[in-house]
Amino acid sequence: MGQGFFLLFAAGAVVTALTVVLARNPVHSALALMACFLQISAIFVLLEAPLLAVVQIFVYVGAIMVLFLFVIMMIDVREAVLQRFLPGQNLPALTLLVLLGLEMLALVLWSGRFSAVAPTTSREGDQVRQLSTTLFADYLLPFEVASIILLAALVGAIVLARKESG
Amino acid sequence: MVPLWWYISLAVVLFVIGAAGVLLRRNILVVLMSLELLLNSVNINFIAFGRYYDDFRGQIFAIFVIAITAAEVAVALGILVALVRNKSTLKIDDVTTMKG
Repeated sequence: MGQGFFLLFAAGAVVTALTVVLARNPVHSALALMACFLQISAIFVLLEAPLLAVVQIFVYVGAIMVLFLFVIMMIDVREAVLQRFLPGQNLPALTLLVLLGLEMLALVLWSGRFSAVAPTTSREGDQVRQLSTTLFADYLLPFEVASIILLAALVGAIVLARKESG
Repeated sequence: MVPLWWYISLAVVLFVIGAAGVLLRRNILVVLMSLELLLNSVNINFIAFGRYYDDFRGQIFAIFVIAITAAEVAVALGILVALVRNKSTLKIDDVTTMKG
Protein backbone atom coordinates (compact mmCIF):
# COMPACT_ATOMS: atom_id res chain seq x y z
CA MET A 1 0.00 0.00 0.00
CA GLY A 2 2.86 2.36 0.78
CA GLN A 3 4.30 1.68 -2.65
CA GLY A 4 1.08 2.68 -4.38
CA PHE A 5 0.86 5.92 -2.42
CA PHE A 6 4.52 6.66 -3.11
CA LEU A 7 4.06 6.14 -6.85
CA LEU A 8 0.97 8.34 -6.87
CA PHE A 9 2.62 11.23 -5.04
CA ALA A 10 5.89 10.87 -6.95
CA ALA A 11 4.09 10.97 -10.30
CA GLY A 12 2.17 14.04 -9.16
CA ALA A 13 5.35 15.75 -8.01
CA VAL A 14 7.18 15.06 -11.27
CA VAL A 15 4.27 16.21 -13.44
CA THR A 16 3.78 19.43 -11.48
CA ALA A 17 7.54 20.10 -11.49
CA LEU A 18 7.56 19.74 -15.27
CA THR A 19 4.64 22.16 -15.40
CA VAL A 20 6.67 24.67 -13.35
CA VAL A 21 9.49 24.59 -15.87
CA LEU A 22 7.40 24.40 -19.06
CA ALA A 23 4.53 26.79 -18.36
CA ARG A 24 4.65 30.09 -20.22
CA ASN A 25 2.81 32.14 -17.65
CA PRO A 26 4.66 32.70 -14.33
CA VAL A 27 1.35 32.54 -12.45
CA HIS A 28 0.79 29.01 -13.77
CA SER A 29 4.34 28.15 -12.71
CA ALA A 30 3.69 29.43 -9.20
CA LEU A 31 0.45 27.46 -8.84
CA ALA A 32 2.09 24.28 -10.16
CA LEU A 33 4.95 24.80 -7.70
CA MET A 34 2.39 25.00 -4.90
CA ALA A 35 0.88 21.67 -6.00
CA CYS A 36 4.38 20.17 -6.18
CA PHE A 37 5.11 21.26 -2.59
CA LEU A 38 1.89 19.60 -1.45
CA GLN A 39 2.93 16.32 -3.08
CA ILE A 40 6.36 16.54 -1.47
CA SER A 41 4.82 17.12 1.93
CA ALA A 42 2.71 13.99 1.38
CA ILE A 43 5.95 12.14 0.68
CA PHE A 44 7.32 13.47 3.98
CA VAL A 45 4.29 11.93 5.68
CA LEU A 46 5.15 8.60 4.02
CA LEU A 47 8.67 8.98 5.43
CA GLU A 48 7.21 9.32 8.94
CA ALA A 49 8.24 12.92 9.35
CA PRO A 50 4.91 14.58 10.20
CA LEU A 51 6.49 17.69 11.69
CA LEU A 52 8.45 18.35 8.50
CA ALA A 53 5.31 17.82 6.41
CA VAL A 54 3.44 20.47 8.40
CA VAL A 55 6.41 22.85 8.31
CA GLN A 56 6.63 22.31 4.55
CA ILE A 57 3.00 23.32 4.08
CA PHE A 58 3.26 26.31 6.43
CA VAL A 59 6.51 27.72 5.10
CA TYR A 60 6.42 26.87 1.42
CA VAL A 61 2.75 26.83 0.52
CA GLY A 62 1.75 29.40 3.11
CA ALA A 63 4.56 31.91 3.07
CA ILE A 64 6.88 31.53 0.11
CA MET A 65 4.21 31.00 -2.52
CA VAL A 66 2.18 33.95 -1.25
CA LEU A 67 5.36 36.02 -1.51
CA PHE A 68 5.85 34.89 -5.11
CA LEU A 69 2.25 35.65 -6.02
CA PHE A 70 2.47 39.10 -4.43
CA VAL A 71 5.60 39.90 -6.40
CA ILE A 72 3.94 38.66 -9.61
CA MET A 73 1.01 40.95 -8.84
CA MET A 74 3.30 43.92 -8.10
CA ILE A 75 5.32 43.75 -11.29
CA ASP A 76 4.09 43.47 -14.84
CA VAL A 77 4.86 39.99 -16.11
CA ARG A 78 3.31 40.27 -19.53
CA GLU A 79 6.42 41.38 -21.37
CA ALA A 80 8.48 38.37 -20.30
CA VAL A 81 5.78 35.80 -20.88
CA LEU A 82 6.27 35.15 -24.53
CA GLN A 83 9.93 34.23 -24.66
CA ARG A 84 10.21 30.92 -22.93
CA PHE A 85 13.63 29.46 -23.56
CA LEU A 86 16.93 30.96 -24.50
CA PRO A 87 16.78 30.87 -28.31
CA GLY A 88 19.44 28.84 -30.03
CA GLN A 89 22.21 28.09 -27.62
CA ASN A 90 20.50 25.75 -25.15
CA LEU A 91 21.91 22.51 -26.58
CA PRO A 92 25.01 22.40 -24.32
CA ALA A 93 22.86 22.98 -21.23
CA LEU A 94 20.46 20.21 -22.31
CA THR A 95 23.34 17.78 -22.89
CA LEU A 96 24.79 18.66 -19.50
CA LEU A 97 21.45 18.07 -17.80
CA VAL A 98 20.87 14.69 -19.47
CA LEU A 99 24.41 13.60 -18.54
CA LEU A 100 23.90 14.76 -14.95
CA GLY A 101 20.63 12.87 -14.59
CA LEU A 102 21.97 9.69 -16.18
CA GLU A 103 25.08 9.79 -14.01
CA MET A 104 23.20 10.23 -10.76
CA LEU A 105 20.63 7.56 -11.64
CA ALA A 106 23.36 5.13 -12.70
CA LEU A 107 25.23 5.68 -9.45
CA VAL A 108 22.07 5.18 -7.39
CA LEU A 109 21.07 2.01 -9.23
CA TRP A 110 24.59 0.59 -9.38
CA SER A 111 25.46 1.06 -5.73
CA GLY A 112 24.14 -1.62 -3.42
CA ARG A 113 23.80 0.66 -0.42
CA PHE A 114 20.57 2.27 -1.52
CA SER A 115 18.53 -0.92 -1.50
CA ALA A 116 18.15 -0.74 2.27
CA VAL A 117 14.68 -1.30 3.63
CA ALA A 118 13.35 0.80 6.45
CA PRO A 119 13.94 -0.40 9.99
CA THR A 120 10.79 -2.21 10.96
CA THR A 121 10.94 -1.26 14.61
CA SER A 122 9.47 2.19 14.71
CA ARG A 123 10.66 4.47 17.43
CA GLU A 124 8.78 4.17 20.64
CA GLY A 125 7.41 7.25 22.29
CA ASP A 126 6.57 10.65 20.95
CA GLN A 127 8.63 11.29 17.86
CA VAL A 128 8.11 15.04 17.69
CA ARG A 129 9.15 15.35 21.34
CA GLN A 130 12.39 13.46 20.69
CA LEU A 131 13.07 15.55 17.61
CA SER A 132 12.59 18.83 19.43
CA THR A 133 14.70 17.64 22.36
CA THR A 134 17.53 16.88 19.94
CA LEU A 135 17.04 20.18 18.13
CA PHE A 136 17.02 22.37 21.23
CA ALA A 137 19.69 20.49 23.16
CA ASP A 138 22.35 19.36 20.72
CA TYR A 139 21.70 21.82 17.91
CA LEU A 140 20.94 24.96 19.89
CA LEU A 141 23.78 27.04 18.44
CA PRO A 142 22.89 26.32 14.77
CA PHE A 143 19.27 27.08 15.63
CA GLU A 144 20.21 30.50 17.01
CA VAL A 145 22.44 31.17 14.01
CA ALA A 146 19.53 30.32 11.71
CA SER A 147 17.30 32.77 13.55
CA ILE A 148 19.93 35.51 13.22
CA ILE A 149 20.15 34.74 9.48
CA LEU A 150 16.38 35.08 9.22
CA LEU A 151 16.47 38.42 11.04
CA ALA A 152 19.24 39.70 8.78
CA ALA A 153 17.31 38.57 5.69
CA LEU A 154 14.18 40.34 6.99
CA VAL A 155 16.02 43.62 7.49
CA GLY A 156 17.83 43.24 4.18
CA ALA A 157 14.63 42.59 2.23
CA ILE A 158 12.96 45.66 3.75
CA VAL A 159 15.96 47.85 2.95
CA LEU A 160 16.23 46.51 -0.60
CA ALA A 161 12.57 46.87 -1.48
CA ARG A 162 12.12 50.31 0.11
CA LYS A 163 11.61 53.26 -2.16
CA GLU A 164 14.55 55.62 -2.17
CA SER A 165 13.53 58.81 -0.38
CA GLY A 166 14.77 61.74 -2.37
CA MET B 1 7.68 -1.20 2.03
CA VAL B 2 9.23 1.32 -0.29
CA PRO B 3 12.98 0.79 -0.83
CA LEU B 4 15.34 3.67 -0.31
CA TRP B 5 16.42 4.08 -3.90
CA TRP B 6 12.89 5.02 -4.95
CA TYR B 7 13.11 8.15 -2.84
CA ILE B 8 16.62 8.92 -4.07
CA SER B 9 15.51 8.48 -7.69
CA LEU B 10 12.58 10.83 -7.15
CA ALA B 11 14.97 13.40 -5.69
CA VAL B 12 17.29 12.95 -8.68
CA VAL B 13 14.44 13.52 -11.14
CA LEU B 14 13.22 16.61 -9.30
CA PHE B 15 16.79 17.94 -9.10
CA VAL B 16 17.31 17.55 -12.84
CA ILE B 17 13.98 19.26 -13.60
CA GLY B 18 14.88 22.14 -11.28
CA ALA B 19 18.33 22.48 -12.80
CA ALA B 20 16.72 22.55 -16.25
CA GLY B 21 14.54 25.41 -15.07
CA VAL B 22 17.54 27.31 -13.74
CA LEU B 23 19.62 26.80 -16.87
CA LEU B 24 17.03 27.08 -19.63
CA ARG B 25 14.39 29.56 -18.51
CA ARG B 26 14.99 33.26 -19.00
CA ASN B 27 12.36 34.58 -16.61
CA ILE B 28 13.85 35.52 -13.24
CA LEU B 29 10.72 34.51 -11.33
CA VAL B 30 10.71 31.02 -12.84
CA VAL B 31 14.44 30.67 -12.14
CA LEU B 32 13.77 31.45 -8.48
CA MET B 33 10.94 28.89 -8.37
CA SER B 34 13.25 26.27 -9.89
CA LEU B 35 15.75 27.02 -7.11
CA GLU B 36 13.01 26.17 -4.62
CA LEU B 37 12.52 22.88 -6.44
CA LEU B 38 16.25 22.08 -6.14
CA LEU B 39 16.26 22.72 -2.40
CA ASN B 40 13.16 20.57 -1.96
CA SER B 41 14.73 17.61 -3.72
CA VAL B 42 17.68 17.87 -1.34
CA ASN B 43 15.22 17.90 1.55
CA ILE B 44 13.70 14.63 0.31
CA ASN B 45 17.18 13.11 0.36
CA PHE B 46 17.88 14.32 3.89
CA ILE B 47 14.63 12.97 5.31
CA ALA B 48 14.82 9.66 3.43
CA PHE B 49 18.35 8.94 4.64
CA GLY B 50 17.40 10.01 8.16
CA ARG B 51 14.44 7.63 8.11
CA TYR B 52 16.26 4.64 6.66
CA TYR B 53 19.34 4.95 8.85
CA ASP B 54 17.22 5.76 11.90
CA ASP B 55 18.77 9.12 12.65
CA PHE B 56 17.15 12.41 13.64
CA ARG B 57 19.84 14.52 12.06
CA GLY B 58 18.24 14.24 8.63
CA GLN B 59 15.08 15.99 9.80
CA ILE B 60 17.08 18.59 11.72
CA PHE B 61 19.13 19.48 8.66
CA ALA B 62 15.93 19.66 6.61
CA ILE B 63 14.56 22.21 9.09
CA PHE B 64 17.68 24.32 8.67
CA VAL B 65 17.45 24.04 4.88
CA ILE B 66 13.85 25.30 5.03
CA ALA B 67 14.88 28.27 7.20
CA ILE B 68 17.73 29.23 4.88
CA THR B 69 15.38 28.90 1.89
CA ALA B 70 12.93 31.33 3.45
CA ALA B 71 15.71 33.86 4.00
CA GLU B 72 16.99 33.39 0.45
CA VAL B 73 13.58 33.91 -1.10
CA ALA B 74 12.95 37.07 0.91
CA VAL B 75 16.25 38.63 -0.13
CA ALA B 76 15.95 37.48 -3.75
CA LEU B 77 12.45 38.90 -4.16
CA GLY B 78 13.58 42.17 -2.53
CA ILE B 79 16.39 42.40 -5.06
CA LEU B 80 13.92 41.56 -7.83
CA VAL B 81 11.52 44.34 -6.82
CA ALA B 82 14.39 46.85 -6.68
CA LEU B 83 15.64 45.63 -10.06
CA VAL B 84 12.26 45.93 -11.74
CA ARG B 85 11.84 49.41 -10.29
CA ASN B 86 15.18 50.53 -11.74
CA LYS B 87 15.45 48.61 -14.99
CA SER B 88 11.94 47.33 -15.81
CA THR B 89 12.94 43.94 -17.14
CA LEU B 90 12.41 40.35 -16.09
CA LYS B 91 14.77 38.67 -18.53
CA ILE B 92 18.01 37.39 -17.13
CA ASP B 93 19.94 38.28 -20.28
CA ASP B 94 19.15 41.97 -19.85
CA VAL B 95 20.68 42.12 -16.39
CA THR B 96 24.35 42.46 -17.20
CA THR B 97 25.24 45.41 -15.01
CA MET B 98 27.78 43.46 -12.97
CA LYS B 99 29.56 41.95 -15.94
CA GLY B 100 33.23 42.87 -15.62
